[in-house]
Amino acid sequence: MASTMKRLTRVMPPYVMVAAAVGLLIILAAIFAPWIAPQDPTSTMSFNLMDSELPPMWVEGGDPRYLLGTDNQGRDLLSAILYGTRISVMIGAGAVLLAATVGVSLGLVAGYFGGWAETVAMRVADVFLSLPAILLALLVAGIARALIPDADSVFWAPIILIAAIGINEWVQYARTTRASTMVEASRDYVRAVRIMGLPRWRILFRHILPNIVGPILVISTINLAAAVLTEATLSFLGVGMPPDYPSLGTLIRIGNEFAFSGIWWITLFPAVTLVALVLAVNITGDWLRDRFNPKLEGKS
Amino acid sequence: MTAALEIDGLRVEYPRGEDGTFAAVDDLSLVIGAGEIHALVGESGAGKSTVGNCIMGLLDPPGRITAGSIRVASRSLDIATGQVEGLRPGRDIGAIFQDPMTALNPLFTIGRQLCEGMRHHLKIGRSEARAKALELMRAVEIPDPETRFDQYPHQLSGGQRQRVVIASALSCDPGLLVADEPTTALDVSVQATILDLLRDLASRRKLGVLLITHNMGVVAQISDKVTIMRHGRIVEHGASRQVLGEPRADYARALIGAVPRLDRKLHRFPVTETQNTAETAAQARLAGRVRGATDEGTDLLSLDNVGITYGGGFFGAPGFKAVTGASFTVKRGEIFGIVGESGSGKSSLASAIAGLLPIDEGQMRFCGQPLKMRRGQSVRQAIQMIFQDPYSSLNPRLRTGAAIREPLDFFGAGDGLTPETLFEAVGLPQEAAGRFPHAFSGGQRQRVSIARALAGQPDLLICDEPTSALDVSVQARVLNLLKDLRDRTGLTMLFISHDLSVVRQMCDRVAVMKSGRIVELEEAETLFTRPRDPYTRDLLSLIPTLDGLAPAPQLAGA
Repeated sequence: MASTMKRLTRVMPPYVMVAAAVGLLIILAAIFAPWIAPQDPTSTMSFNLMDSELPPMWVEGGDPRYLLGTDNQGRDLLSAILYGTRISVMIGAGAVLLAATVGVSLGLVAGYFGGWAETVAMRVADVFLSLPAILLALLVAGIARALIPDADSVFWAPIILIAAIGINEWVQYARTTRASTMVEASRDYVRAVRIMGLPRWRILFRHILPNIVGPILVISTINLAAAVLTEATLSFLGVGMPPDYPSLGTLIRIGNEFAFSGIWWITLFPAVTLVALVLAVNITGDWLRDRFNPKLEGKS
Repeated sequence: MTAALEIDGLRVEYPRGEDGTFAAVDDLSLVIGAGEIHALVGESGAGKSTVGNCIMGLLDPPGRITAGSIRVASRSLDIATGQVEGLRPGRDIGAIFQDPMTALNPLFTIGRQLCEGMRHHLKIGRSEARAKALELMRAVEIPDPETRFDQYPHQLSGGQRQRVVIASALSCDPGLLVADEPTTALDVSVQATILDLLRDLASRRKLGVLLITHNMGVVAQISDKVTIMRHGRIVEHGASRQVLGEPRADYARALIGAVPRLDRKLHRFPVTETQNTAETAAQARLAGRVRGATDEGTDLLSLDNVGITYGGGFFGAPGFKAVTGASFTVKRGEIFGIVGESGSGKSSLASAIAGLLPIDEGQMRFCGQPLKMRRGQSVRQAIQMIFQDPYSSLNPRLRTGAAIREPLDFFGAGDGLTPETLFEAVGLPQEAAGRFPHAFSGGQRQRVSIARALAGQPDLLICDEPTSALDVSVQARVLNLLKDLRDRTGLTMLFISHDLSVVRQMCDRVAVMKSGRIVELEEAETLFTRPRDPYTRDLLSLIPTLDGLAPAPQLAGA
């Protein structure tokens, strides 16, 4: 694994290296937010309404305590962004994990067994593909909110979001996995273990899965960016994270209400963070996809 | 008489490591006269294709010509650019490649592909090009050229396509034809006709032909001169008859000795190999484990009127019948051969016996019990298989030791049978268990495959073209290994191959298949000396004869 990393970094063009570094930095900062953020923006005890709407430190009227200024409730914006990114990345990763689990399992079964299992799984996938992703997510979020009384709680809100986003992304996993599985299943090493009579789950997970994991990882990076973006959209539309546990999308929505009264920083900084994160992950993912694509091998 | 091709002291280098270089071709010289077929022979990695690429200006970087000269059509090669100045590839040199399936553009008609080069190089009009193309198609003996002219490649058989490729190579009247493995992808019956055609064209058109091949039979059949290469250097060269009949270099002798012969059965292939005592001992340890090895000669597997159909079924649509009415019996301890050309159904039959394909007619019996696709663990264990392509038959993500341990654990072999013992039994070092498949050569991978199959301690080993992807000397060693295993463990084998010479060397009894049917089933000796069926006789007569080949050197202790 270590040698793989070394090989990857050696062939990385500089712009990908910058993107990967930025993406890694943002994600690490998000993970370690509770330790590096100056303030806990989810605890009302730690901030003061008197400090609300202060501009960034370097602007006239700024307060040196608040590097990027404060929002309408007096929360330190830098801390809010760090915690918000943490929530966004966690929801994104959760959605990717859910989509990958469902999609890869269905794809393996469809690709290996074929027959009616394949027909059903792939036609359902087609139906999902024909629905606009954001509408489907809104639908799921809407239904969940109607069914669960405290849908805005810090426990339920992320789970609803993960389900709403994951339901769109499994399709891509299922299709890719199915295609790769069909290729691998026709190879002689799979025929050899079939002759042996190994249990099917063992053939699927021990022999086929490790050989198709490359393309799955690549989709995952690109889907992570998409999931973070969808989460931001849902939160921006008001069906995502509540204002007291803001994600990046929630912060952008809050800031949007003040943007035209000259308080630009509340919406700008979360937005810049979001764009940087999504761009970094996408560039890295695209490059990885090209590296793993056997048709492009040697043409890097 | 001017030569069609002169190569003098050619050296091609590839960078290796930080600043080292590696000579893929070193100090190679050869001259091909007009009307002469010159064979360039060697095993994979010998550099023979690199020579062909240099001549056509197709040498890919980082490869570089660093010394020597090439003269084609009285023009010389510029070493600095790797190109022959003023040389028009396609006009001065015609090229034939190995795979006729990919050498033609599937979206263009045959006529268009033939006319394109002529109109470009010869600056002739549409109708003139068409007339010339039809004439060429007649020259390469394509039946009904007017119809074929407007057809697409997929409408032609492999052999017909190769004829189109040859016609296209000849379209601008080149003085030199470079043929890189022109018949390797073809069936023997097609191969024979294509070779005849090349021979005929060379002498009629005064064409120099550089024939790059690994097949000694092809060399013996049509070449005038031969150059044997190894590791980029010439090992031996001269008139074909003389080189093949009385090879002087050790390597040439070994290479020719490793060629399976159709005319005579040898006990083992006379190749230099280090058969160590560990290997023999490990094989002996396996011996006691083949169940029922003692009752040699009784029936192990019997097929009665077996039929296999692909597809079909819906609304009574007929499927493709791959095998019809196959009946035979495999006795314990014998090597039973199935030969046939591609599409004859031999591999479908193997898959059905291995339990990968259902049969829809007749029945199979194994050890007296009915053999179905759904079968018990002990039956699965008793029938194992090795495959043709050593590059897809091992899981690239699994260390070979783990690949062998899996069946051992799964079948509960236990009592001292370890991956290491099995590796020793197939002639691989014990350390091989810790490596991934990509660290092995094709022949070594095939040995790992054999070890994996042996882990089940099978009664029957199905070998589906086990050596057709291997070099001839590697093939000889793997075939020797299979023979040793049979001799020392009493293993029964079902040996499937398209190569009659290999079957002759390996098998006790042979079934010949054609279009899904068994046309002849006979003791190997009888089949090869007195074939009854006309198809078998045809096949045997089409194999390139090795009459002029040196008698196999006597192997000490064999």
